[in-house]
Amino acid sequence: MTLIRREALRAGFSLGALTLLAGCDLSDHDAVQNVLARFSRWNDRVQAALFSRSRLAPTFPEVMAVKEFRYNAWYGPDKAPRLNPADYRLQLAGRIENKRPWTVEELYALPQVSQVTRHVCVEGWSMIGKWSGAPLRTFLERIGADTTARYVGFECADGYYEGIDMPTALHPQTIMAYRLSDEILPAKYGYPFKIRIPTKLGFKNPKFVTAIYVTDKQPRGYWTDRGYNWFSGI
Amino acid sequence: MTLRYDEQRHPLSRRVLHWIMALSILIMIGSGWRIYNASPIFAFIVFPEWITLGGDVQTSLARHGDPGVASAIAWHFAAMWTLALSYLLFVVWGFVTGHFRRDFLPIGPKSISRDFVAALALRLQHRLGEYNAVQKAAYVGVLVMVGLMILSGLAIWKPVQTYPLELLFGGFQGARLVHFIVMAGIVLFLLVHVALTLLVPRTLQAMVLGRAAGPRHTAVSETVR
Repeated sequence: MTLIRREALRAGFSLGALTLLAGCDLSDHDAVQNVLARFSRWNDRVQAALFSRSRLAPTFPEVMAVKEFRYNAWYGPDKAPRLNPADYRLQLAGRIENKRPWTVEELYALPQVSQVTRHVCVEGWSMIGKWSGAPLRTFLERIGADTTARYVGFECADGYYEGIDMPTALHPQTIMAYRLSDEILPAKYGYPFKIRIPTKLGFKNPKFVTAIYVTDKQPRGYWTDRGYNWFSGI
Repeated sequence: MTLRYDEQRHPLSRRVLHWIMALSILIMIGSGWRIYNASPIFAFIVFPEWITLGGDVQTSLARHGDPGVASAIAWHFAAMWTLALSYLLFVVWGFVTGHFRRDFLPIGPKSISRDFVAALALRLQHRLGEYNAVQKAAYVGVLVMVGLMILSGLAIWKPVQTYPLELLFGGFQGARLVHFIVMAGIVLFLLVHVALTLLVPRTLQAMVLGRAAGPRHTAVSETVR
């Protein structure tokens, strides 16, 4: 049997076959979305199992840290909330012994660590930065959070909301970042602090956090509600 | 005994795995293009939306407030399981049953270049039931490429938990680049593979029904007409 010849023209059919696939895009059907959501929940479980409490995200030499970090939000930097330290109070809720709200001054007095780690966006870009702040674990212990609970949730001044699994919340590199590149976190990057989690995708790193709660019910997430995977570990 | 006909046989396991892989790969490519568009590696390469997988952008915006990237990622992270599983089974099966040894060997640069030149000159023959050197190289090549896709994909999905896997590809962005380039290789394979199948439809018949026979491999072109 032979190949090609003038029939080679028919190779054009293969292109047609590919476009057929796109033409019958099923993504918007409820049934398809349900199947995909099921896979996503399965992926949550796989990722939770893959997550190692002791494995650290790679750290980099400080010279590799970007000074002008990429701004990323669904609104422009001028629209970012500007919180006034005089009346800012971090609210606490859920399975926490001492729910007294915290001031910026009190938060910033916690023992701090620095990390030069890589921020990985779900879209694919990545950027190395230097963040400093208190380990979230230290804070959770100070406020008497029940660390046997399953989740920690966050609410933010810009309407954002996120939540993470407790093992990630207790991970040594999960910090309340007060500083970026040694500067107090500028307003557009989330003053007074952002939750910096180098073992999660960027969107699991909420900024301008105004409330923290501890719960057994999986917290919703802004982008998770828009179809992204909940665990989103890396 | 001499066969009066050339014959191509594909056992059921091979056919099922082939088609699961084929569908998974199409889903991976279509959704991967939509994901790529969200943050293109090369500014001058952006995939037209209609050819990507992830649903209608306006519907998705109304439904989720997201332009279908979430759907594309959901497709990608679903089909990765069906692809990885079927691929693993296919490769293990291929080695265990001797399919790879029987049908892909011997293979060498000499026979590949000879058959490649013949193919370019449109003189390469296709004999049912026996792969020519270019076919062998293409099938081994695409299996290696899918393996590379799974590895580089793992490095992109889990750069922390699989660290230092990404270093194999020159870091996280290196892994993205490898994932992209190898994708192009697989698309190229796909185009040629589908085109040649259309030229020799009996191969498609064999991959669907399990068996196809044609007149004994003799002169050029008699069976294509």
